Amino acid sequence: MRRLWLPAACVGIIILLALSAPLLGLPDPVRQDIARRLSGPMPGSWLGRDEFGRDVLSRLIWGARTSLGVAFAAALTAGLVGTVLGLIGGWARGFSAFLTVRSVEIIMCFPPIVLALLVVTLLGPGAATLILVLSVLYLPGFARVTYAEVLAARGRDYVEATRALGASPAHLLFFTVLPNIAGPILVQLSLAVAAAVVLESGLSFLGLGVVPPAPSWGLMIRGARATMEQAPLLLLWPCAALTLTILAMNLLCDALRDAVDPRTAGR
Amino acid sequence: MSAGWLARRIALSLIMAWVVATIVFLALHMVPGDPAELLLSTGGAVPDATAVAELREKLGLERPLLTQYAAFLGGLLRGDLGTSLVDDYPVLHEIGLRLPRTLELILAGTLLAILIGVPAGVYAALHRGGAFDRFASGVTALLLAVPVFVVGTLLVLLFAQTLRLMPAGGYIALAQDPVQHLKLLTLPAIAIAKGLAAVLFRMTRSAMLDALANDYVRTAYAKGLAPRRVLIVHVLRNALNPVMTVLGLHMGTLLGGTVLVEYVFNWPGLSTPLLRAVEARDYPMVVGIVLTISILFLLINLVVELLQVLIDPRMKTA
Repeated sequence: MRRLWLPAACVGIIILLALSAPLLGLPDPVRQDIARRLSGPMPGSWLGRDEFGRDVLSRLIWGARTSLGVAFAAALTAGLVGTVLGLIGGWARGFSAFLTVRSVEIIMCFPPIVLALLVVTLLGPGAATLILVLSVLYLPGFARVTYAEVLAARGRDYVEATRALGASPAHLLFFTVLPNIAGPILVQLSLAVAAAVVLESGLSFLGLGVVPPAPSWGLMIRGARATMEQAPLLLLWPCAALTLTILAMNLLCDALRDAVDPRTAGR
Repeated sequence: MSAGWLARRIALSLIMAWVVATIVFLALHMVPGDPAELLLSTGGAVPDATAVAELREKLGLERPLLTQYAAFLGGLLRGDLGTSLVDDYPVLHEIGLRLPRTLELILAGTLLAILIGVPAGVYAALHRGGAFDRFASGVTALLLAVPVFVVGTLLVLLFAQTLRLMPAGGYIALAQDPVQHLKLLTLPAIAIAKGLAAVLFRMTRSAMLDALANDYVRTAYAKGLAPRRVLIVHVLRNALNPVMTVLGLHMGTLLGGTVLVEYVFNWPGLSTPLLRAVEARDYPMVVGIVLTISILFLLINLVVELLQVLIDPRMKTA
């Protein structure tokens, strides 16, 4: 459990920063000030200004809001739909399982970013497209994990006992089975959020994710690449923010997994 | 490897390829609204009616869905992927030109990752808890956290921009200038290899630890076999299978990463026309390249599974 605290605190701080962005009194992250473009750190803009004279610190924190907002929205949608599919599939088995679980596994035949690019072609870039495509991409993971857990749980005595007491299948699934398999689903959720942050930043970096001028770490890296020679620091800030966030999330995923399944601990 | 198993496995891959093609075909029709209008609308503006009619004609959208589907599958079988909406260039030609360059990058990255990740994992497992083990485990956690395009960009910043040791990107054919070709290949290959190397290191290390704990290893040592022979014949061979599984699983991420890396280093593989086509909403081109990469993914997984069965025939039942 001790290993859970540090990464959890880091992720907590990042989420808190993102949530409190409007309250921090930061300069407008999209307001341009061409006269002071690429200017270095100074009081009032501690990390300097970017190629359009926008405040970098403000864009970093507002960017966290975009990235995490998209990632959480997508992971929660995927988790909700995928878990329900897995519950139904695991309970009904047979053909229903084929429809609910095996069919969505087809999504895993595509390299994730490639499927995302196909959808962006159809719907155009933007946060809504990102949330849709990321939730579709992470849905099979949830369906699979839930399915396997329900299959393992349905034969257990406590399920049998609750059934014998006359609980309806829906009640049994959502109030007896689901709480008992919540651990692995939670681990899956943390994995999906971390993966979604990576993919969102990648697509934004390609200019096919978040639409400018909205701040996003991927877009910031894309913009700073052009001015790498004059202002290398501009490139390093969003890279560091992105990497540290993902590192903290990965460590949290590992710690969560160890907490849920002690057999994997100490590896 | 029995012929029956092989035939079944190949049939499964073909079915998956067919399902993938069907999904890509249906994607255009699953979106609510008129597909032609959808592809032409940018930023909420209503597209020109004649342009919509023209595009509908060109994509054959007037025909019944089943006829379109049959034509699409028939085209695939004949190797006809249609033409670009932007410049009428045959999609297959573009892919034929670009695919070898992308494959070269993937191959170089994968080889590099195997050459670094597997030996490092073996060494770390044999010296568990030692300085290298702890150092490499830390580096692995960091490598897994840095997105591939960040690694690429930082490599450019460090080796091209600051140290001026390497070219920042570009491409020269191998026949034209072999030295420069390899130089241009190095940084992108490192960027592509980083994630796979980290994953392979982790899996090799833990699979080695599992294999080392087996009774047959103790027996092998006890009967006086040379440590090197025990390591290679008894431990490594049994540790290799989970490593191969992870390799196959990671290929999807690696293929996606290649798209980003090619963009960072201006490597003129499949990602250049893919990204251009996504931006221009050139649907036939996007479909052609998406299909190519997805089927490549299926093929790689098929090969990985065949290799696994060759190493360990027990895998056939799995």
